[in-house]
Amino acid sequence: MRSPLRHLTRRGLLTGTLGSAALLATAGTLAGCGTKGAQQTEAGCKSDDLSATEKKLAFSNWPQYMDVDEKDESKRPTLDAFIAKSGIQVTYTEDVNDNNEFFGKVQNQLAGCQTTGRDIMVLTDWMAARMIRLGWIQKLDKAKLPNVEANLLPSLRNRSFDSDNQLAIPWQSGLAGLAYNAKVAKEIRTVDELLTRPDLKGKVTALSEMRDTMGLLLQSNGHDPSNFTTAQFDDALNKLKKAVDSKQIRKFTGNDYAPDLAKGDIAACIGWSGDVIQLGFEDEKIKFVVPESGVMLWSDNMLVPNKAGHKANAEELINYYYDPAVAAKLAAYVNYICPVKGAQAEMEKIDPDLAANPLIFPDEAMLSKSKVFMALDEKREKEYETKFQQVIGA
Amino acid sequence: MSALAHVPTSSGQPAAPPGARRGRSRLLPYLLLLPGAAWLLVFFVLPLLQLAAASLYDPSGSISTGYAMTWAFGNYPDALQQYWPQLARSFGYSAIALVLALLMGYPLAYGIAQKAGRWKNLLLVAVVAPMFTSFLVRTLAWKTILSDNGWVVGLLRDVHLLGADGRLLATPFAVVLGLTYNFLPFLVLPLYASLERLDPRLLEAASDLYASPLRAFQKVTLPLSMPGVIAGTLLFFIPATGDYINAELLGTPNEYMIGNVIDSAFLVRLDYPQGAALSFLLMAAILAIVFVYLRKAGTEEVL
Repeated sequence: MRSPLRHLTRRGLLTGTLGSAALLATAGTLAGCGTKGAQQTEAGCKSDDLSATEKKLAFSNWPQYMDVDEKDESKRPTLDAFIAKSGIQVTYTEDVNDNNEFFGKVQNQLAGCQTTGRDIMVLTDWMAARMIRLGWIQKLDKAKLPNVEANLLPSLRNRSFDSDNQLAIPWQSGLAGLAYNAKVAKEIRTVDELLTRPDLKGKVTALSEMRDTMGLLLQSNGHDPSNFTTAQFDDALNKLKKAVDSKQIRKFTGNDYAPDLAKGDIAACIGWSGDVIQLGFEDEKIKFVVPESGVMLWSDNMLVPNKAGHKANAEELINYYYDPAVAAKLAAYVNYICPVKGAQAEMEKIDPDLAANPLIFPDEAMLSKSKVFMALDEKREKEYETKFQQVIGA
Repeated sequence: MSALAHVPTSSGQPAAPPGARRGRSRLLPYLLLLPGAAWLLVFFVLPLLQLAAASLYDPSGSISTGYAMTWAFGNYPDALQQYWPQLARSFGYSAIALVLALLMGYPLAYGIAQKAGRWKNLLLVAVVAPMFTSFLVRTLAWKTILSDNGWVVGLLRDVHLLGADGRLLATPFAVVLGLTYNFLPFLVLPLYASLERLDPRLLEAASDLYASPLRAFQKVTLPLSMPGVIAGTLLFFIPATGDYINAELLGTPNEYMIGNVIDSAFLVRLDYPQGAALSFLLMAAILAIVFVYLRKAGTEEVL
């Protein structure tokens, strides 16, 4: 009875035809897919500046990266003073939590030369370098940034991804070095100790930020993180892999190492100076160490993306924050390295202890040990990131 | 529906031929489906197609140059070869967690449904209440509970269940525990629903027929609760397998699951073809397992 012909009802035929058509259509759509390149050029993606008529500015920053009033957390003294002085209405949003996530958030707009609705966004060196490489960032007018010209720390000038200091202006800088909790660990001085000392086994973390962890390891091998070869990178990575395989390293973290270090679940780690200083205020047993082989210097930079409508307003704000008196007020709150020369003298008036802290105002000895990670081209970035991710487990 | 079809037409005109009326009532279910279907089309089917396309992009593409569609089916074996341990681990962990959750969840659901009396609603709320706080916060709380210097680890060390240097955090144990805890309510609720409908008179009848309690459970309770077991198992297993928060927060790189790899492929390494291929592999593997499971456990009430 169940001959194939009997089975061929009108409905069956119809479903079959529709089904095949849908499949074909799907295949056709897929074939038409593929993405266009995200590379933009200055000539190809022009931005109009509406600053003359619109006194507005949209500023995207990391959480807890702006001074707030001690009594009223909704007030931001330095920013409010800027608004009062310039008459520019600043929309301040703390929506940068992670460089990679933020990249995912703005990538489609910037790749298509559309506005992100932001005039300034603050991103770390390597992400700034990537966006500059993709042609997504507007050049600033140096004539409108006299304070930056005068006061930017020399060690943060002419970085490889912004050789002329007009694309990425540091908001705050910081160090990636070692930290330990003296309640559960003896003092550590070198990266090698962190990776091999038996009493630390399983109580060590490193940063999942490749540039910071690998920069420190490269330095511990006597290599220069601002200029290295792939072979040298592989050497350093092998060293890291040994520490992972031997279970010396417990995990790789973002900011979340801080509470664990405070609790003592982690005895020692690779961490960031600002976090560790803040922990140190609450518990003096938590200490930051600049390893003898050298330390990594990074910055979070103010960038003006393509199609941001208020470049001149942005320049006014950037220039304002390079006034040493303003920079000192900000540094007193955030405790990272202040990129502004002259702020140290201003800080003397606010808090002499902080002014003497080399992790906020690094001295020459400290700066001579610090390096900025090399800017990578796309191919090397992907290659290194893939190798690194394989070692850290993903 | 039939009530609608029999409403007489009020106009003096002769009623429309029955075919037309039936046609409209036939159409109605589809109209009711429309909002849901449109939603699924825009937010599920289209992204899925986009993802399918991305999994076949030229793997040598990049963001700046763009990705060309080259039907690179090789992305699949490549991704599998590189990350099969994480994929296998995902299924292993969630299978163990599922067994643990069943062992805990079944008696719990049974107790609430059959024995709790007037405490029933309160207990149900207690099962659901943790879901009022964020998944992330609850997982972070486990970090504090299992902390090396916390009392749990201290106690276990004192009774020598853990060595002096032993720890719970950052071990496979912590990850499986996190999975079990986080997805337990998804298992308990459907189980409760089917156990609640269980008629106690059936158990009385079983004992009248000289069945031991164990045998009554085997022959009456368990078969009648199977739809709940199956629905609960699926609701537990599918999200647990794709989860990456527990491995990220409670584990180490050695415990990373496939979700962590997909996360890093999309956000950190920017290897979209590989991330998409891994997502599809995960989806295919889960679908295959679910299909086999439903065939074996076979119940019509779920599907």
